[in-house]
Amino acid sequence: MSEKERLIIESGDVVQPFNYAIGLHGSVFFKELRDNRRFMGIRCPKCKKVFIPPRRVCGECFVEMEEFVEVGPKGKIGTFTILRYAFIDPETGEKKPVPYGYGFILLDGADTLFQHYISIEDEKKVRVGAPVEPVFSEERKGTIRDIQYFRIID
Amino acid sequence: MAKKRVAIVGTGQTLHRSHRPDVNGQELINEAVQLALQDADLSIQDIDAVVIGNMDHFEGINYVDCWSVDGSGAYMKPIIKLTTGGTTGSTLAIGGYHIVASGFFEKVLVIGWEKNSESDTTGAITTAFDAVWDRLVFAGAISGLAVEAQAYMARYGATDRDGARVSVRDRKHACNNPHAQLRKEVTIEDVLASPMLSDPIHLLDVCPRTDGACAVIMANEDVAEKITSTPDWLLATANRHTYSYLGDVNWGELESMADASRELFGKTGIKEPRKEISVIEMYQPYSFAGIIWIEDMGLVDRGKGPEYIWSGATDMGGELPINPSGGVIACNPIGATGLIRCAEAALQVMGKADKRQVPDVRLAVSTGFGGCMWTDMILHGKEKPEV
Repeated sequence: MSEKERLIIESGDVVQPFNYAIGLHGSVFFKELRDNRRFMGIRCPKCKKVFIPPRRVCGECFVEMEEFVEVGPKGKIGTFTILRYAFIDPETGEKKPVPYGYGFILLDGADTLFQHYISIEDEKKVRVGAPVEPVFSEERKGTIRDIQYFRIID
Repeated sequence: MAKKRVAIVGTGQTLHRSHRPDVNGQELINEAVQLALQDADLSIQDIDAVVIGNMDHFEGINYVDCWSVDGSGAYMKPIIKLTTGGTTGSTLAIGGYHIVASGFFEKVLVIGWEKNSESDTTGAITTAFDAVWDRLVFAGAISGLAVEAQAYMARYGATDRDGARVSVRDRKHACNNPHAQLRKEVTIEDVLASPMLSDPIHLLDVCPRTDGACAVIMANEDVAEKITSTPDWLLATANRHTYSYLGDVNWGELESMADASRELFGKTGIKEPRKEISVIEMYQPYSFAGIIWIEDMGLVDRGKGPEYIWSGATDMGGELPINPSGGVIACNPIGATGLIRCAEAALQVMGKADKRQVPDVRLAVSTGFGGCMWTDMILHGKEKPEV
């Protein structure tokens, strides 16, 4: 591979320099997210499960996976919680702003869940099974924050 | 060397408290070790090897096996550290069992400990998960448990009152246990009125953070009955450390518990766990697990957990008492927690559980929970197993 790009994890003003390889499959995910606003999963040749995030090996079948599959961007809430207690975010050293919606999203076509924020503007609508869609960031850098959050589709 | 049968012959626990500034980590460990040696009427010279563990990134001590030697008594003895997150304590017990069963060591000292007061528990647990995929929204143990409860409630229509009933049970049981950190009865209304931490988990639904240590002495069949007339025989173990990513979990049931239970009961010929098992010490870090995981264990059918809990069957004096010690909701020195479940099950089998004793215990189950929805299980018995 000739092209090498660095994934940046943002910690606000705090600098935590470290190298962490997300692998070829993780890189595909973030490039597609940044450049095409697409979510890429990967299908196991044996159990046919579509995993997100994509990874090289299906742990259960212990076989290599090669077939990338586009999933989402819409989906539904697999499960969720609303975080209300204050805690220090270990990524920033700052107090995490609460409350926030913490969702496990079942993206259309995927068999595993994708974690992200869920908008809790109307808490009553945040339910297991509620349909959701992503709200992307204006400026996308190839990080998990290229998605701002998922919102409930009315 | 042939595989040896293994028994617990002594246990020791500190008085677990939210903050033990009177001792450092080695001294805390030493308290539990001295008590276990006294209980078995052995001296440290009798111990052939030591297994120790905690959640090492909590206290920020990397080589705990080396650092703890003054307290553990492992000076010039073989010692190994085992650490697997929340399951650390039960992994220690299973590891100790394997080491003794191997025949290489006759008597092994197993130690789990934690000084939670010296750690940022939520930060440490969060950083145990993948930096890129799992950390943005994850908020430590409570968030991971809350999503399980939400999924279960959506599937079966359970309510927060059902969860609260489990908390009421465990907190009442804890009043009988001098080692427990929290020894105060609460009502359903108290639980529901306590602050909402992460929907649907209230403050009184969930475990505290505790300073404490536990030590267990395991011996093989050649010496166990010489050390004590009431050894707690370890009949079988099973464990499932199933997932890596949080998003891979089938939320709403604990698959690792279902798989491990099938293996444990299959190995030992248990057909009707509810009737055959006398008592369970479950690593149940929050109330809703007391409903969900007994279904995974096969005690009741899917969705029937709340009914069984409300019937009083799992209270002291019921069909199958769960957590006579008060369990994890009353006391949680994390690296010791799983080993405390094992020690409490041993006390029940040995008939040494004092005010929290369940009568006529023949078989007991202890469990461990941790990591990414993982399960460890041990079956304890009064009768020496056949070879």
